[in-house]
Amino acid sequence: MVFRTRRLACASVTALAATALVAGCASGDGGSTSGASGNTLTLWTHNAGNSAELDVVKKIIKDFNGSQDTYEVKLQAFPQNDYNSSVVAAASARKLPCLLDVDGPNVANWAWGGYLAPIDVSGGEVPLSDQLASTVARYQDKVYAYGFYDVALTFFARRSVLNEYGIRIPSMAEPWTKDEFDAALAELKKSGTFEYPLEMGTGGSGEWWSYAYSPQMQSFGGDLIDRDGYRTASGTFDGKDSVAWATWFRSLVSNGYMAKKSGADPNKDFLAGKSAIQWDGSWNAAKNADKLGDDLAIIPPVDFGDGPKIGGASWQWAMSSSCSDKDGAQAWLTFARQTKYFVDYAKATGTLPATQAAARQVDGYQPGGKFNELVEYARTFAVVRPVTPAYPYISTEFEKAAQDILAGADPENALGQGAKDIDNNLRTNNHYAG
Amino acid sequence: MTTMIAALGRLRTVRRTRTTHTRRRESLTALGMAAPAVVLLIVFLAVPVVLAFALAFTDARLISPTPARFVGLRNFTLLFQDPVFYKSLRNTAYFAAIVVPLQAGLALALALLVNAKVRGVIFFRTVYFLPVVTSMVVVSLLWTFLYRKDGLVNHVISTLTLGHVQGPDWLGDPRTAMPAIILMSVWQGVGFHMIIWLAGLQTIPAELYEAADLDGATRRHRFRHVTWPGLRATRTFVLVTITIAAFSLFTQIRVMTQGGPLDSTTTVVHQAVHTGYDQQQTAYAAAMSLIFFVLVLTVSLVQRFLTREKD
Amino acid sequence: MTAFLKHLGGHAGRVVLALVFALPLVFMLVSSFKPDDQIFGDLGSLRAFLPVGAVSLDNYTGVFERVPAAQFLLNSVIISSVTVALGVIVNSMAAFALSRMRWPGRKVVLTAVIATLIVPFETFALPLVWWVNQLPLLRVNGFHPEWTTGWMDTYQVQIVPFVANAFSIFFFHQYFRSVPKEIDEAAIMDGAGWFTIYRRIVMPLSGPAVATVAILTFLPAWNSYLWPLMVVQSEELRPVMVGISYFFQLNVGWGQIMAYSSMITVPILALFMAFQRSFVNSIASTGVKG
Repeated sequence: MVFRTRRLACASVTALAATALVAGCASGDGGSTSGASGNTLTLWTHNAGNSAELDVVKKIIKDFNGSQDTYEVKLQAFPQNDYNSSVVAAASARKLPCLLDVDGPNVANWAWGGYLAPIDVSGGEVPLSDQLASTVARYQDKVYAYGFYDVALTFFARRSVLNEYGIRIPSMAEPWTKDEFDAALAELKKSGTFEYPLEMGTGGSGEWWSYAYSPQMQSFGGDLIDRDGYRTASGTFDGKDSVAWATWFRSLVSNGYMAKKSGADPNKDFLAGKSAIQWDGSWNAAKNADKLGDDLAIIPPVDFGDGPKIGGASWQWAMSSSCSDKDGAQAWLTFARQTKYFVDYAKATGTLPATQAAARQVDGYQPGGKFNELVEYARTFAVVRPVTPAYPYISTEFEKAAQDILAGADPENALGQGAKDIDNNLRTNNHYAG
Repeated sequence: MTTMIAALGRLRTVRRTRTTHTRRRESLTALGMAAPAVVLLIVFLAVPVVLAFALAFTDARLISPTPARFVGLRNFTLLFQDPVFYKSLRNTAYFAAIVVPLQAGLALALALLVNAKVRGVIFFRTVYFLPVVTSMVVVSLLWTFLYRKDGLVNHVISTLTLGHVQGPDWLGDPRTAMPAIILMSVWQGVGFHMIIWLAGLQTIPAELYEAADLDGATRRHRFRHVTWPGLRATRTFVLVTITIAAFSLFTQIRVMTQGGPLDSTTTVVHQAVHTGYDQQQTAYAAAMSLIFFVLVLTVSLVQRFLTREKD
Repeated sequence: MTAFLKHLGGHAGRVVLALVFALPLVFMLVSSFKPDDQIFGDLGSLRAFLPVGAVSLDNYTGVFERVPAAQFLLNSVIISSVTVALGVIVNSMAAFALSRMRWPGRKVVLTAVIATLIVPFETFALPLVWWVNQLPLLRVNGFHPEWTTGWMDTYQVQIVPFVANAFSIFFFHQYFRSVPKEIDEAAIMDGAGWFTIYRRIVMPLSGPAVATVAILTFLPAWNSYLWPLMVVQSEELRPVMVGISYFFQLNVGWGQIMAYSSMITVPILALFMAFQRSFVNSIASTGVKG
């Protein structure tokens, strides 16, 4: 027993010593400036655990550090899941890095909140005007961020299956209409081969809902907010076109065309033949083509009346407003604008290269290539999510409304409540002036 | 820490003194011993909590270019008109009302089961404790699989009933989502409280049982007259901790249902985190937390009053 | 005969319960050796619990390619064990003072401590981030200690805020009260001070309580996720749970998640088994003291 007590005393001494040691081993930036110390600039990315994309970032940093002697960029990778929490916490402690990546739809919010500074990358090899519009983030007429790629949503299907049920394989010039799409789903359902012929990834959560389904609402003629001044959602978010979308969206579940909540890996389910048509991202195009070969049909979004629509904007690079060495940060942002990096990104991640010049160098995405049509979707059909600081809020309201609608809520009420909440939020925040 | 050492030093020099000195010595030592914990709790809990609650009376946002302004009770007025907040209160109460007795009772049963002096009992103790050491995030992910319409839970139900009963889409149906989460939460947490009961059982002197045996007491009698009274202190702890854990239900909801379907599983803490982080309404979330704090405090005071010891 | 049947019945109950508690985790462990396709393919049958099919260590190799798992494990071991060691000492001292000694303000402090149990961490995490960044920090660079401000990106910001814990104090408090008070009086008669009573008499009698509090402190420290994401920027200082979110990419690698989850769960289980022994030992000691 005495032995045990002595052990406890030992433990306490060790513990205290350990705490002291910990204080000594602490690393990181002290002091008041943020993101840069000496000539070292810190860069944050959301790519921890995603080595394909992370390697490209590393390569650009390595090239940049080797290309000049003034600046040294240091990488810090975060997991994507809660990247925003990391950034917000760092911002509240005034510890933002100089360079960081940001999901496109958040740019307006972060710029408004004073996290980001406008950038000037006019000296880069690739001019901004060469990029897909959705890959350059502007807020109040200033450029805040640019991305190397975009992604596009599309329908995947097997040609053989569509032919078997006499379903027309549409083209960009002549996409499916709503009636045609509904008829196709009815036909597939009737066959009994598929429990749920349509797979739209309804098991996802977060931004996916707004990204995947709000463009369909826009194709119906509705939208998330009245984009004229971004001052009200009432009459738009819950307008008759939006309600028409919601009613249709609900009918997919009530008709048994689509699962209320899809499985853990919708793409696997599609490849296994569980679903006939999958609404999914361009990032799975190469994988699907590998598995299905020529049988794979890449199908443009349905025209629900107001033209086919998909969401635009993915991850982009920006500079923090608290950066103590803005020249250095701009130098990196400018340096990175080389076609070869646009190419590297697209090749490594299976995303759509943001410029034509890069697309020509990526197998499959060059004009006439089997995936080039996806780039064309991004060019022709993409609608950026509302460019307002209120977007993160609007997005959560849309997600909730859409989920409630699938679970059986009355479409008009669900959207009406959402519109009311958004307008309340706009009002209490003074319409995000300032 | 330094106070304590000083107090100790003084302690040694003074030998036998009058009662007042002993009293003062006792108070000083006590203060010294309580000081590290109290100081840490003030710095890392009280201060940020007060800061958080102060936010409830402002228009603070998670991200904002302008500093927070005082807005009086505006957040509370909005809160009391918010139908989802009432739903979250109801869900939290529902969860707690089922989980507290279920988990406490089941944990006691398990503790009695593994307190027996039988070979292999340590093995069972460890197995029952398995879910506790598994992170709630991992557990929630696992059960999301198991609860699927074509998942294992339904497979087992169908097998046991020879195919007569087809299980529901547990997490997708507003009627079954909360019960499913209750079941999983008890499964995950019960092992921990089994250990607490076990620690309590072991403080009951063996002589009491021997005496009871000599009196020819039945097992029921032994439980009622020896075990149950012997667990008085443990009982309070188990009850209070399960209640508080039940009221703070969050992780499972965040991972498994995000409050859906149709708000059937949203809880106060989930709602606070959702509004505070996802929707960036820091002040509104703080108001929610403040109300929540007051409610839980009331409940625990009532609970403590009911389980108070009659000195 | 009936006694024997009862005994068997008791064990049968234990076995059924053991299955209920273990099977989901068996599923996790078994799945960690299977390719993703097969995990889902096996979901609808007993195969989900059996290491059958294309069993391999691929997921584990994949884990190490994606996450600096060894570094994360080491960090979590440091953070959790220091938190536990400090937590046991600090909280038991406070609980001793609160449960066995008489001093003005005791009731108020106890009530306040219990009241702090009620505030969920998530609700004040953000003010805490801001606050820890205002605190002074002693840094030692080589031989030059210097005072700086802000605790971000250190081990200690992951440890110190969680040392004092109301649950632990409460638990020790309840436990200490069950140790007979006469011991104190006798010891004081013998000239022992209060701290000596705490250290030499009450603590050695509190094996089960220490074991319980150790587990109670260890688990949240090991599983902490939100906090390190907010206050730790360097990958070298991240704990294990943050690693889980490395796997949630566009195409989730479920097999790797199962492998990583198994990797971070098994060490704790081993630790629990070690504490088991201290549990059993303490039964004997308390039994003797009566």
